[in-house]
This record gives sequence, C-alpha cells and structure tokens, in this order.
Amino acid sequence: MPETIPAIPFAILAVLTLYGAFMVILSDNVVHAAFWVLEVMMAVAGLFMLLSAGYLALVQILVYAGAVSVLLLFTVMLTLRSREDAIRPLDLSWGAGAIALAVLAAAATLVWTFAPSLEALPAVTPGVAEFGRLLFTRWALAFEVASIVLLVALVGAVWWAGSDER
Amino acid sequence: MTVGPIAFMGLAAVLFCVGLFGALSKKSAVMVLMCLELMTNAVNLNLVTVSRFVTPTSMAGQFTAAFIMVVAAAEIGLGLALVLALYRARGTVELDRIDRLKG
Repeated sequence: MPETIPAIPFAILAVLTLYGAFMVILSDNVVHAAFWVLEVMMAVAGLFMLLSAGYLALVQILVYAGAVSVLLLFTVMLTLRSREDAIRPLDLSWGAGAIALAVLAAAATLVWTFAPSLEALPAVTPGVAEFGRLLFTRWALAFEVASIVLLVALVGAVWWAGSDER
Repeated sequence: MTVGPIAFMGLAAVLFCVGLFGALSKKSAVMVLMCLELMTNAVNLNLVTVSRFVTPTSMAGQFTAAFIMVVAAAEIGLGLALVLALYRARGTVELDRIDRLKG
C-alpha cells in the first residue's frame, strides 16, 4: 500500500463526483438525474479505493450501483404517465440555496480546523480478511441488528408498495 | 503530488451541501430521495477518510459507514415504496400537490 494518496486519480474522481452531483440538481430530466446519481456512486466507490477501503468500494458498487439506482429508475418509470412527464422545471429556490450555503460555510470551517490535526497518513492498512474478522467479533451485535433492520424494511416496503386488496 | 485529508473532507462537505440543496428545493419526491442518497454518500466518504487517517487498524469509521449503507438501503427501499403508495393514492409525486393538511 502506498503511504501517500496520489493527486491525479483523486482529482479525476473528485471532478466526476462534483460534476455528477451538480448534474443531478441541474438536469431537467428525472431519468437523466437517476443516471447521474449512479455516476456519483461509482466515483465515490473509486474514492473509497483510494482510501484503502476496498470492501466498502465493493459494497458501494453492489448496493448503490446495483440495487439503489435500479430501484430509483424503476420508481421513476412507474410514476410517469407519459414520456413528457420526465421533463421538469429546475425547482431552484433561494431559501434552499441560503440554507445549503450556510451549512457549507459551517462544514468548511469545521474541516479547516479539524483536518490539519490528522496530517500524517498511516502506512498500515488491514485488508478485507481483517475487516471480516472484526465484523464478526467486535461488531457482531451491530451486524445482527443491521440484518433485522433490513428484514423489517424489506417486509415494510413490500407491504406498503403491495396491492390495495387487504 | 499527493493529497491530504482536507481534500477528501472538503469534497465530502461540498457533496453534502449539493445534496442538501437538492433535497430542500426539488418538488418531485423521487428527486428528493436521490438527493438524500447524495448526502448519505458524502457522510460515508467523510467517515472513511477519518477512519483512514485516525483509526487505520481498527477501521471504526469503515464499519460505521457500512452500517450507514445498510440503513440507507432500508431508507431508500421504504422511501420508494412510500412514493409508489402515494402515487397510487393521489396520482402524483409532486410534493406541492400533497397538501391535504393545508388549512
């Protein structure tokens, strides 16, 4: 594992992430926006790889690119009456912009004060095997709770989206 | 040429705020859910960055990010099921038209 994070892959992935995020906001077609969300997820998976989090990058691609974006596209298609319904006005509001800018200023201040305290990049990065060992020892209880959350959410989603005949 | 934690955390902050802007300003329920996913991704990116620099061996931030992914998957599944139920009941997913409680 390198002890530094190269700037050029980071710059490419950062540009992909931010461009995709802005296109989600600025695209006037809901279907295009869903595909831009998919692109942002893939770029974030690349950033996880840069941070030596290979397992999370895989999960990101499996869960977000594989499942969530397909689910988003399904819902977009199911809630459109005609092809023209996909084209929408931009819905940009000044209030939301002001709130987002205020949060951005606060977050930038926090990052600016916090980030310099962690300059040195540690060389040691355990692999997927160590991740799995910790997941089933130290984080076993959280793992089981997460499984129950997923099961309940699955049943709830089927119940909600199912037919009205009950 | 290398980058430090500030670049990753700054990127996460900007991504979070773009998602926040979209979640607050979009009028389509599906678009709001997409923007919520952008915000979740920003939080995960921040957690993984801090985990890489602060706890590289115990990977606490990576585990937290993994469990956030579980909750986010549950949230998007339930959210989209709600949108479908809403569409069936009201025939629209425009948040402006969901105004039954308006006086």
